[in-house]
Amino acid sequence: MTAVLSTHGLVARYGDFQALYGVDIELHQGEAVALIGANGAGKSTLLRSIMGLLPVGREMVLLHGEPVGGTATDRMVQKGVAIVPEGRRLFTGMSVEDNLRVAIDQAARMGAKGGWTLPRLHRLFPILKEKARAPVQSLSGGQQQMVAIGRALLCQPRVLLCDEISLGLAPKVIREIYAALPEIRATGTAMIVVEQDVGLARSASDRLYCMLEGRVTLTGRSAEITREQIGKAYFGAGHAVV
Amino acid sequence: MQWFDALVQGILLGGMYAQYALGMALMFGVMRIVNISHGDLVILLSLIGISIATAWGLGPLPVLVVLVPLAVLMGWVLQKAVLNRVVGSDPLPSLIATFGLSIALQNLMLQIWSANSRSLPGHGIESQSLEIGGIYVGLLPLIVLAVATGLTWCLDLTLKRTRFGRALRAASADVEAAAMTGINPRAVYAMATAAAVGILGFAAVFQALRSTVAPADGPAQLIYAFEAVIIGGMGTVWGAFVGSMVLGISQAIGFRIDPGFGVLAGHIVFLAVLASRPQGLFGKALS
Ligand SMILES: Nc1ncnc2c1ncn2[C@@H]1O[C@H](COP(=O)(O)OP(=O)(O)O)[C@@H](O)[C@H]1O
Ligand SMILES: [Mg+2]
Repeated sequence: MTAVLSTHGLVARYGDFQALYGVDIELHQGEAVALIGANGAGKSTLLRSIMGLLPVGREMVLLHGEPVGGTATDRMVQKGVAIVPEGRRLFTGMSVEDNLRVAIDQAARMGAKGGWTLPRLHRLFPILKEKARAPVQSLSGGQQQMVAIGRALLCQPRVLLCDEISLGLAPKVIREIYAALPEIRATGTAMIVVEQDVGLARSASDRLYCMLEGRVTLTGRSAEITREQIGKAYFGAGHAVV
Repeated sequence: MQWFDALVQGILLGGMYAQYALGMALMFGVMRIVNISHGDLVILLSLIGISIATAWGLGPLPVLVVLVPLAVLMGWVLQKAVLNRVVGSDPLPSLIATFGLSIALQNLMLQIWSANSRSLPGHGIESQSLEIGGIYVGLLPLIVLAVATGLTWCLDLTLKRTRFGRALRAASADVEAAAMTGINPRAVYAMATAAAVGILGFAAVFQALRSTVAPADGPAQLIYAFEAVIIGGMGTVWGAFVGSMVLGISQAIGFRIDPGFGVLAGHIVFLAVLASRPQGLFGKALS
């Protein structure tokens, strides 16, 4: 079975600084994959490289077997890949509804088909209906994260990349947001979820990859990997096990 | 009565300034692109309009019909060929590139049209006036104000209600996040600059009808447009309109106090607003 999305020897740089050293990952139809690793391991860089936000070689990223590395970001969205970026990156100065409408507009322009509509999103996150007219920056962190997820869903993605959607949120809000992931998966969307909380990452995924200093150090089924293996992969060999 | 007359004349002058300022409100206020060649583009379009009118014997309205699409095309080319190469969070590259363009355009215009002042023949429209409440008001300035109001209204609605407007506001807020939502920022910016320069096509015709134009006049128009946008507040189209009125009224009242004081009065009011309310009359304070 060919992967929906895969990377092959993916290398990425910020100027002279090399951030990724030959990363190979795979994402299959309907699958949720977690990506864990310490701060600075290269998780965000990996997602940004897939989205065309960093220059990478054409053959380093395959989407349904087609080489797409280095494709412009808006074209990647058109091809069915959407991202909930680190730090949310909402359009400040615009209302909640206008933030979401931007995605609806573009999906319509590109003729993207999918099951996500504003009413359906409102059922998933009712607060977004209540706050539709509020300036997006007036929302709480958790509510803003819901807007960011909603905006990505309204792009009608077949592949959704989520970068630390729990960062800085209260445990109750994190549970609420993660509770929405099964419904997103039920639409057939495959997901890569970057997550600092290892327990949360394991429970929300089928498989996981652990990264360290720009390389994948561990991969396997989330239910089968042991804490000890993760500890080693997370901090590097020789480091004390957590 | 004399002061009321100054107020009315100031509002009418503000209508002219609003036509320069709208394009600036879009490019500088929303997209944060500093276009130093703004005024030179108005003058270039005016001179082209005057040449077309004399060569083909056209009246003001046909000139407008020819000039606005030409202006739209010029704006689109300007963004595609020059500004899209230098867009980014740093405003300095666009400033330098358009500063160079401004000098090049002024020299080009001097070569083609010489330094003489010219104007567009209005076929009588420029000398008609109406009496309103004991004051004589020129027909042409009234038309200018009406067109400025209409353009402001259209631009404001376009930004608020259309797909293009939302995409432009999104790209201006965060270019990368806009691309992540499927927007092609360069295409959106090319359309926005086309719209901004297209509006200057209107300004060019009315400027050449109301007074005279010469190749070196651009920088003054740039300053008025810039002042109007800053007085009104960045990112608000109606703010730029009101800023233009404030500038026009200040100049008209200053002119009544002393004919040499008119333009300076406008600059003083601009500085006073900048000192007391840096975000402009309608701008939101930076947090
Ligand atoms: N814009 C940037 N410029 C230079 N270096 C960067 C930039 N962004 C990230 N890095 C570096 O790349 C490495 C990987 O960063 P990142 O992908 O953000 O890690 P993670 O998301 O796993 O925390 C880090 O060493 C970080 O300092
Ligand atoms: Mg990160």
